[in-house]
Amino acid sequence: MTSVRRRLVPYFLLGPGIIWLILFFAVPMYFMARLSLYSGTVFQGNLQFDWHWANFKDSLDLYHSQFVRSFIYAGAATLIALVISYPLAYAIAFKGGRWKNAMLLAVVAPFFTTYLIRTIAWETILSDQSPVVKVLTDVGLATNGHVLATAGAVIAGITYNFLPFMVLPLYASLERIDPALIEAGRDLYGSPAAVFRKVTLPLSAPGLVAGTLLTFIPAAGDYVNAFFLGAPNNQMIGNVIQDLYLKQTDYPAAAALSFILMALIMVVFVVYIRFAGSEALMGEEARP
Amino acid sequence: MTGAWRWLREHAINIYAGLAIAYLLIPIAVIIVFSFNDPAGKYNFNWVGFTLEHWRNAFGISDLNDALKTSIELAVLATVISTAIGTAMALALVRHEFVGRRPANFLIVVPMATPEVVMGASLLSMFLIYGIGLGFQTLLIAHVMFCISFVVVTVRSRLIGFDRSLEEAAQDLGADPWTTFRKVTFPLILPGIVAAALLAFALSIDDFVVSNFNSGTTVTFPLYIFGAAQRGIPVEVNVIATLLFLTTVCAMLFTVWQQRRAERMTQARPQQEGEPAIPIPAGSAASG
Repeated sequence: MTSVRRRLVPYFLLGPGIIWLILFFAVPMYFMARLSLYSGTVFQGNLQFDWHWANFKDSLDLYHSQFVRSFIYAGAATLIALVISYPLAYAIAFKGGRWKNAMLLAVVAPFFTTYLIRTIAWETILSDQSPVVKVLTDVGLATNGHVLATAGAVIAGITYNFLPFMVLPLYASLERIDPALIEAGRDLYGSPAAVFRKVTLPLSAPGLVAGTLLTFIPAAGDYVNAFFLGAPNNQMIGNVIQDLYLKQTDYPAAAALSFILMALIMVVFVVYIRFAGSEALMGEEARP
Repeated sequence: MTGAWRWLREHAINIYAGLAIAYLLIPIAVIIVFSFNDPAGKYNFNWVGFTLEHWRNAFGISDLNDALKTSIELAVLATVISTAIGTAMALALVRHEFVGRRPANFLIVVPMATPEVVMGASLLSMFLIYGIGLGFQTLLIAHVMFCISFVVVTVRSRLIGFDRSLEEAAQDLGADPWTTFRKVTFPLILPGIVAAALLAFALSIDDFVVSNFNSGTTVTFPLYIFGAAQRGIPVEVNVIATLLFLTTVCAMLFTVWQQRRAERMTQARPQQEGEPAIPIPAGSAASG
């Protein structure tokens, strides 16, 4: 009797959360898929489910450029975030000393301000009168003295907003490297570059993969940065989805586009799981 | 000269880290500085002059107050529910062997790897198909949903580094499982639970994308900002953002302090050299 009860304990503990996630995460995915096969419009009042596969083709025909743009912007932002984050994470992990906690606090600090206000702050920083734009114009990086309402501004905003997602996993995996391994590399006459390439970089690979994924996924679905920092021709797929759902109430097309976005993200995600294992993403590995 | 050059070479990475951290903090500085601005028109983008007017009037805009009140109520409820549910799940995953661990893990990880726009859109699809009215209750459902995974990951990382001999000692001394949990386990993992609750609160109060889909006519703080963006955001928004920022930083420092104290008192988990005291949110868990 007690052993049966003991075996049921984990299910009681997991139950409420799993039910919540099934009801309000998994089941809605099914309804989104279903809605993407509806035909008709809200205005005509003839919205109904009839396996209307054409929604997928029609919406892709109309909005494939926003899809491509989302992935290009997200890819560029991920790459820039990686270039900025790696040396920063390295410095915190190996050179931080007593400043380590303060530096980590600074990295997560942007999370303590509202996402929208952070993005609007960039609107201020990149506005035409700002000193930053003057400098960028002087060195020839901003054409016509404009930065706002360009692809560059959107990518810069995305890079900034998701940077902590890159820094933290990189830091966590770099911090775990035994400095003795790096010393050993130097003792064996490895040049600093060789030691980095053969020791540090491979050992930080889990953080690298996790960081790029955690930056890329929210970036690809983002529409706040494009909304505030971009022009109409910088619209990403997120802008289209929210516009179709909330303004034009073209639910079937909107659902089809979100479904495609989710499917593409899941492909990226599953490839990652194959590569790194789900345990790594959950932090389930026992720490040494 | 060569001395200066060598110094520069040795400290290059620290200087770089300093610059990267400055980059992370600049928008926050902009938000704070512009809360003292006295803009000429309705747009708070250019620095005009210093005033304390908006700090005195911080809670003088009734729409903004209502939105803030809604956001705080929502965040408190979402935090309480998701922390309770998520902690139970973390306990089940770390402490118990059971069939179905892999699918449970999967269901917890996938929401963290789903773009917010897809989560918002899929929930809205379900609410639309069932004809469920949007409002505070749908927002609460959504917020609890996206907070759960982050709570599980945060509490779980605390449970993994946990010395179980303390619990065994309690049981050897005749404590029943519930007493052991109440008197030993719970106080020890409390800092982890507090960190998770803080994270859930921050995620909820900051959420724009999912809320934008499922709010109906209910207005939260980020939704107020979005609505105000077109007609000019009042400076009071910057004041409140600054207050929120300071509150969160204080709460964070308090948690770190408490965690240190708990560790000192129990010596359950002697802090390792260089182990970060900052409870790293979100992606941290994703390190391998």
